Amino acid sequence: MAKKKFVVGCFDDEAVLFPAVKKVRTAGYKIHDVYTPFAVHGLDHAMGLRETSLHTAGFIYGITGTTTAISAISWIFTKDWPLNIGGKPHFALPAWIPIMFELTVLFAAVGMVLTFCYLCQLAPFVKKHHFHARATDDLFVMVIECTDKTNTDDLQAFLSSNGALETKVEVAEDGWWLGRYDKDEMPFEEKQIVAA
Amino acid sequence: MASLRTQFEVPGKMKTWSYALIGLGLAALLYGMFTKGFSSDEHEQVHFWGTLMYNTIFWTLICNASMFFISVTTLAQAGFTQTFRRIPEAISTLVPIFGAITFAVLMYIIFGHKHHIYHWLDTEAVAADPILKGKAGFLNPTFFVIWTTLTIALWSFLGWRIRKLNDEADAGPMDRETSDRFIYRGTVRTAMFTVWFGLTVGSTIPWLWMMSIDAHWYSTMYSWYTFVSSFVAGMSLIALWVIYLKNKGYLELTSQEHLHDIGKFMFAFSIFWTYLWFSQYMLIWYANIPEETVYFKHRTQGAYKGIFFFNLIVNFLCPLLILMKRSAKRNYTLVTFMAVLIIFGHWIDFYQMVMGSLMQDHVTLGWMDFGILAFFVGVMILYVGTALSKKPLIAKYHPYLKESVIHQV
Repeated sequence: MAKKKFVVGCFDDEAVLFPAVKKVRTAGYKIHDVYTPFAVHGLDHAMGLRETSLHTAGFIYGITGTTTAISAISWIFTKDWPLNIGGKPHFALPAWIPIMFELTVLFAAVGMVLTFCYLCQLAPFVKKHHFHARATDDLFVMVIECTDKTNTDDLQAFLSSNGALETKVEVAEDGWWLGRYDKDEMPFEEKQIVAA
Repeated sequence: MASLRTQFEVPGKMKTWSYALIGLGLAALLYGMFTKGFSSDEHEQVHFWGTLMYNTIFWTLICNASMFFISVTTLAQAGFTQTFRRIPEAISTLVPIFGAITFAVLMYIIFGHKHHIYHWLDTEAVAADPILKGKAGFLNPTFFVIWTTLTIALWSFLGWRIRKLNDEADAGPMDRETSDRFIYRGTVRTAMFTVWFGLTVGSTIPWLWMMSIDAHWYSTMYSWYTFVSSFVAGMSLIALWVIYLKNKGYLELTSQEHLHDIGKFMFAFSIFWTYLWFSQYMLIWYANIPEETVYFKHRTQGAYKGIFFFNLIVNFLCPLLILMKRSAKRNYTLVTFMAVLIIFGHWIDFYQMVMGSLMQDHVTLGWMDFGILAFFVGVMILYVGTALSKKPLIAKYHPYLKESVIHQV
């Protein structure tokens, strides 16, 4: 996992956040992410995020489920263990459709949840860096990724002039890592040496 | 607001086309009526009156579905429909007209004693038949006539009240109290329509008008199946008019966002239709009781096999695969194509529901079906166009209009 340098700006109003996002993007900075206490409608468009492919993944999981069901049942009932059930044909498609449907839904639902968690980097026993604790409470936290050439002072001033209440520079992991919030320290954090 | 084009004018081309379609349709209708409808051959009579019957019922129900759409969206306090609400309103003005035609056709069948269409009209046969005798409390001419009259009259009347109320949103700005009261009155009026709709299209009317052709057979799914069939076709009709008006430069406030929601209705109710189709089919197939399988016997194994499965492809597979993607529901060309396909598909569905029982030995789909269809399409285009031109296209003081303008999916 790579540690990177970020500039963090905190906003307390959606109406300030949107123009700020737009200006930061036009100025050519790369927004790592914007952390908000709730889902903000239209923010994904403002940030220029592409349309998610999660539903395409869902479709593929779904037809995988259908295929699994039809091939398993047809093999079992026609080749492996044919049974005479009420004089119905061995290849009894109408009776199988509910099961094909259920497996389609099951595969699509479970697959999409897991894919969603992977894309959002959510899982038990993994951690992500929190740029600002109040992002879960009342602040909209914009995180900008720095390059070697970024002048952090300029950028902080730019954010403040666009309505950021608080700005800071942080060096942090940009992705997830194995660990637990209740047990582990941050991997990059220096141990505090308590003076005797 | 001043720059909006809210006044629709019926283009001359539209009039020409609808008159041509009506003329063509009337020619087919009258020719069919005199060569078949009034011929001495029972078989020919059944062919003509059956064909006319399923067309009238289909068009009445899909126009009535527009009023149902208005009612349920009003009851759900959905705001997004406001920018195009005058379109379902205009379509629903056809209910009295198509309803009257349906009424006339059904009354001709009842009083003309066409027991080859409704077997239960034959009093001697009923007296000798314990099953029909058991149903006689419901399947008798008196109840049929009263219930049909009530149904068509109340659909027209309750729908008219809903449209009339919405005219108040044209008059002038409303203050908070007036608009609260306006919304409340709308809720009451649409609730009344919805209840009556549930008692008719949701249950009794498809039993009376169509299921009673197979007088012995019954299915509890049948009414829902008919309702969904007409509703999904009705949504497609709304979509077509929305796109037509957009193309002509009207409905500036209606966007892809609204089209997306209409597309979702078309998609979702196609799936729901399939759910009911399958539930009806599978239970009967599974139980395999002769008095129930009789309905599907000649449809899945006889002459109607092709139509029966074509129906499933057009009304299930095509909407499922084509309308599934978000971009497809937001694409005017694709939605137009799918709307035409779905309306045609459900017209075929009504065809096989009625003619599959009346003319079991051979598929009768031909010039008469398409001719009568042309007549109804022509009347529909002419009347909806005229109805649209009578009122502003947007009720601009409706309390929910802003919500609809900023609607985003």
